[in-house]
Amino acid sequence: MKYTVQIVGVGGQGVLMASLVLGNAAMKAGYRVAMSEVHGMAQRGGSVLSTLRMGDDVASPLEAAGGADLIMGFEPVETCRNLPLANRDTGIIMNLDPVYPSMVAAGFEEYPEVDDVIASVRRRTSNLMTIEATNIALRAGSAVAANAVMIGAVAAIRGFPLSKELLKETLLETVPGKAVDLNSSAFDMGYEDMMSKN
Amino acid sequence: MMADILSNEGKQLLLGNEAITRGLIEAGVGFASTYPGTPSSEIGNNLEALADKAGMYFEFSVNEKVALEVSAAAAASGVRSFVFMKHVGLNVAADPMMTLAYSGVRGGMLILTADDPSAHSSQNEQDNRYFSQLGLLPMMEPSTPAEAKEMIRYAYEVSEKLTLPLIFRTTTRVNHARGIVTMREPVGMVPRGRFEKDTPRFVNIPAHARPNRVRLLALMEEAKAVSESSPYNFIEGSGETGIITSGVAYTYVKEFVSGASVLKLGFTNPLPERKIADFIRGKKRIIVVEELDPFLEDQVLRVCAQNGLDVPVFGKRSGHLPRAWEYNPDVIGRLSSVADVMEHPVPLAPADILLPGRPPALCAGCPHRGMYAATKKAVGGRDVIYCSDIGCYTLGIQAPFNAADYIICMGGGAGAAGGFSETTDQKPIAFLGDSTFFHSGIPPLISAKFNGHRIVMVILDNRTTAMTGHQPNPGTGRDFGGRKTEPLDIEAVVRGIGVDYLETVDPYDVKRSAEVMKAALECDGIAVVISKCPCPLELKKLKQLEAKHCRVDQSKCVRCYTCLRMIACPALVKEDGRVSVDETQCMGCGMCANVCPKRAIEVIR
Repeated sequence: MKYTVQIVGVGGQGVLMASLVLGNAAMKAGYRVAMSEVHGMAQRGGSVLSTLRMGDDVASPLEAAGGADLIMGFEPVETCRNLPLANRDTGIIMNLDPVYPSMVAAGFEEYPEVDDVIASVRRRTSNLMTIEATNIALRAGSAVAANAVMIGAVAAIRGFPLSKELLKETLLETVPGKAVDLNSSAFDMGYEDMMSKN
Repeated sequence: MMADILSNEGKQLLLGNEAITRGLIEAGVGFASTYPGTPSSEIGNNLEALADKAGMYFEFSVNEKVALEVSAAAAASGVRSFVFMKHVGLNVAADPMMTLAYSGVRGGMLILTADDPSAHSSQNEQDNRYFSQLGLLPMMEPSTPAEAKEMIRYAYEVSEKLTLPLIFRTTTRVNHARGIVTMREPVGMVPRGRFEKDTPRFVNIPAHARPNRVRLLALMEEAKAVSESSPYNFIEGSGETGIITSGVAYTYVKEFVSGASVLKLGFTNPLPERKIADFIRGKKRIIVVEELDPFLEDQVLRVCAQNGLDVPVFGKRSGHLPRAWEYNPDVIGRLSSVADVMEHPVPLAPADILLPGRPPALCAGCPHRGMYAATKKAVGGRDVIYCSDIGCYTLGIQAPFNAADYIICMGGGAGAAGGFSETTDQKPIAFLGDSTFFHSGIPPLISAKFNGHRIVMVILDNRTTAMTGHQPNPGTGRDFGGRKTEPLDIEAVVRGIGVDYLETVDPYDVKRSAEVMKAALECDGIAVVISKCPCPLELKKLKQLEAKHCRVDQSKCVRCYTCLRMIACPALVKEDGRVSVDETQCMGCGMCANVCPKRAIEVIR
């Protein structure tokens, strides 16, 4: 067994935290783990990508183009930009809440309609699952829990090699004590939302 | 489940830089020093937090040269020392390193160079493995976080056996990879020593340097024997095809090439030439897989020539593998004509809609935005050259500022400004940060004074070394590891040099900053403007950021977009012609309010 998750988003969205949770859960499940993270200059509002590979015999911290089993997209444009990481069988979870690049916010560049982003991804694959993670997190109590929603959604993906219980337990060990309740509900709400679509 | 680097047992999923930090503790390192640089920076942040708990002395030195010198003295005194930096940092530290090789060390010493293939956070992708040949120093290269940790303990034994500092070469995909690491009991640490004088060895006057060079060459012959028997040079698998590889490239070979025998090299200077020759003998073909330059490959070709081995060698010289940018599983695919390479699923085609770019940019509320806006306003139609530097302000290259015309290296903008002032009629403006000023910005200012250059220097003092993750610097003073020092006053340093114009401004006050910049530009000598304002991200981390945000009064806004054109703060959002503030991003700095001609933006506390 080998399984690769590519986690894409924008610096500050919690991509690193999500990859840490998935990686630690994979280690607890007894898999080998090889990961690669983006630190440094790109974190200043740039695109970020975390690669998580787990299995009986993984060594490489990077995956080939098209080699992902799952893409965890924290942001619509970043998910769309990284389509070549996927193949026709790759599952793609896409959070629909945009983070505008600074040049878009300032009106120098256009951000596409989210519906157009969805349509563009669907023209390439039939395995897209969308989620409004930030909205769900707000309902759970705070927008900062969007990454917990995303991890809950991953737990609902068919064929994902780590159990829901293990993911949730690892998430709650990772977050600060006072945020446990918030993250617990956010995780459950993300899970339920994805189960209803899966 | 945050990393617990001080734990002596169990398994943890560690970032390469965390595993390296753990390796230092397990190896009984008593002294560590650095100047921050990605991809090595997190080692410093880890040590800042826990070196004293591990009984280790750690410091952020003013630059890499000093960092290497203090570590060299520690090792000369019998204390195991560790100096670490990014690849270009070793250029700065190369001067002491080259002669330190002649003197050597008593306690083990590792010089970590973190190379950055693909220049993710760098200005070039130089291959620092050549420094090991240039300086005649042993070198080791780990492939994974787990191997890095284990290798450090071994490398200290090698360094002490050879009485030489050892270059420990990593790359971004080792420093910023994450993997499972098994914690071990540390060896005993010697935190203090005594410097036993040995003048012929430690004083390299010509009469001593000449025999020391001979001694060093003899030590490197001994190092060859160590390399030949090193457990970090090993063979896996069998087949007619032989692959010689090192660093992270080994993981790509291991996972994506089958049916080959692999010689994995961890001790890469000097190379185990006998082991390599024995490995090649009988193979039908040899492939060398390494990132960047053909460092191993050219030596393999020499080993073949010297041993009469007539085997084809594939790699960079044969055109199969690239010399630029980091490798990945797809690059390994280029070997399909000479090796059994795993095929990957066909990737989806790129999206068919236009996507906005997302380059790194100055953050919301970044004080540098104010200083750049003020500078642009003051410059107007003047013919200027923006000499920028290494740090967050490099991002001044982005619109709407476009304020980077020339960048070479740390402190390089200020030096270049002097050259431009002598050879052009354009006014050079050198931007550099507080940490960069201390690192290498002071000598060019003194040189400008000495030689009568006419330049403007803008010191963007945000009270931290921000880009690499908010490390302290001489301007902030030190307050960690049980030691507190006074901040150094930049204005007093500049005044001491004696410049023709000197002013300190608050960059959030864009109007006044622009007036000051105008006066600086009119100065026919050396003008220095200090833009002093703490990085709001650092304040946020320290929980010192006042909770406030800006709001646009739509009844007053005339949609002139001055705020967007001048500041373009990511917290300002333009939608359907209407400008508003994204409160989740806004720091409440009020820069936008300051430039609004209609006073339509207010700061809400």
